[in-house]
Amino acid sequence: MGKIENENIEIELLLEAIYQKYGYDFRKYSRASIKRRILHRLAKTDLDSVSEMQHRLLYDVEFFDKLLLDLSVNVTEMFRDPNFYLDVRKEVFPVLKTYPYLKIWHAGCATGEEVYSLAIMLREEGLYDRALIYATDFNEVVLKKAKQGIIPLNEIQKYTANYQKAGGKESFADYYTAKYNSALIDQSLKKNIVFSDHNLATDGVFGEMNLIFCRNVLIYFKKELQNRVIGLFRESLCNLGFLCLGSKESLMFSEYEKNFEPTVKETKIFRKIS
Amino acid sequence: MRKFDCKAIVIGVSAGGMLALRKIIPVLSADFPAPVIIVQHMHPYSDNFMIHDLDRKSTLNVRQAEEKENISAGNVYIAPSNYHLLVEQDKTFSLSVCERLNFSRPSIDILFETASEVYQDKLLGIVLTGANKDGSEGAKIIKQRGGKIIVQDPKTAESKVMPQSAIANTNPDHILPLTDIGDFLNKYINKRNK
Repeated sequence: MGKIENENIEIELLLEAIYQKYGYDFRKYSRASIKRRILHRLAKTDLDSVSEMQHRLLYDVEFFDKLLLDLSVNVTEMFRDPNFYLDVRKEVFPVLKTYPYLKIWHAGCATGEEVYSLAIMLREEGLYDRALIYATDFNEVVLKKAKQGIIPLNEIQKYTANYQKAGGKESFADYYTAKYNSALIDQSLKKNIVFSDHNLATDGVFGEMNLIFCRNVLIYFKKELQNRVIGLFRESLCNLGFLCLGSKESLMFSEYEKNFEPTVKETKIFRKIS
Repeated sequence: MRKFDCKAIVIGVSAGGMLALRKIIPVLSADFPAPVIIVQHMHPYSDNFMIHDLDRKSTLNVRQAEEKENISAGNVYIAPSNYHLLVEQDKTFSLSVCERLNFSRPSIDILFETASEVYQDKLLGIVLTGANKDGSEGAKIIKQRGGKIIVQDPKTAESKVMPQSAIANTNPDHILPLTDIGDFLNKYINKRNK
């Protein structure tokens, strides 16, 4: 058996150790990406192997915390895939307007850019005041950042373009205050957002939702975990509630595909029908 | 020529890629025995014109790679724009939106590296025209694991940086003019494994 095969065994054991010691379950994550991340962390240490890393993280919580940050993908942007946001505005919001109050779950919100994007759209459509948005992530460091609502100033140009393509009705500059090298998101957008810790791999249902956003999270999961999470979403959605996935994600590998119908196929907006 | 017992081909291409791929993919024979997986750098929100165009011109089935899809011969898979494309041990694809590498997403290095974990010495990597150095590290890793590397002769490349960098960074098995690569592949890849 060669080096790659041995390394794969070591990775398997490391993920098992993380689960048993800290409760984070990466065992059902797509392996290629997880392995790259672990090996990159390894290269930044003085350790010689994944096995040594496993020993270290069992006894050194700070070391584990660093690895945990590496293991979650926190790349995000405001109004990512503007066409998707345009479709939400056109196809989802008219239905939401018929409800007196709304519960929305943004699962895997990372540093919050897409939560604030949604909040801006809700406000522009007169839906914000009746909405309660749960923004969740398993990573507490990332959630803390999300709560602050600070975005790097060098992204503003891109976000402004995205906002306009997404059907923005105002001037994007109305939603932030620039200070030094960063921009502070309009803090009143936070009023109806609850940021909290939730792990899709291990935690359960916590409320009945009208709309769930979970974009570019399922791509990191193996089929089995995708199935669990889509089941969790189905249970969490009210009848005819909306589920929005990332542009390359699908329900194809879950047993719940028949429980949803596509509202807009291209931008991966689905509706729970049973 | 000694044939190569190849289980998959990975191709990295950037600036000038569409024209370069048109000189290679349509030339591949209908019974071409290995799946072809391509990372081409594209604008994040670019449409699928290139895929449809190549598919129309080719006997092989050219399509966008989808996550969890089984990788099989007869197909040419192209990474979706704005996602990294990775190969899993069970010979399926996965996608990632993690950080750009070499300013690129999809990254050629990430495809090459993860594909070589799976196909090891049965992998052929091809580096074509491009204006950055993506693919050089991946090519090196493919060679280290016993796979083969072909680089487009920089003289025939619309943009020379990428092939030159690959040549400087590893020792390619073949350096070929663009218009020879398709025919070469038809002869080089062993059809007995199909």
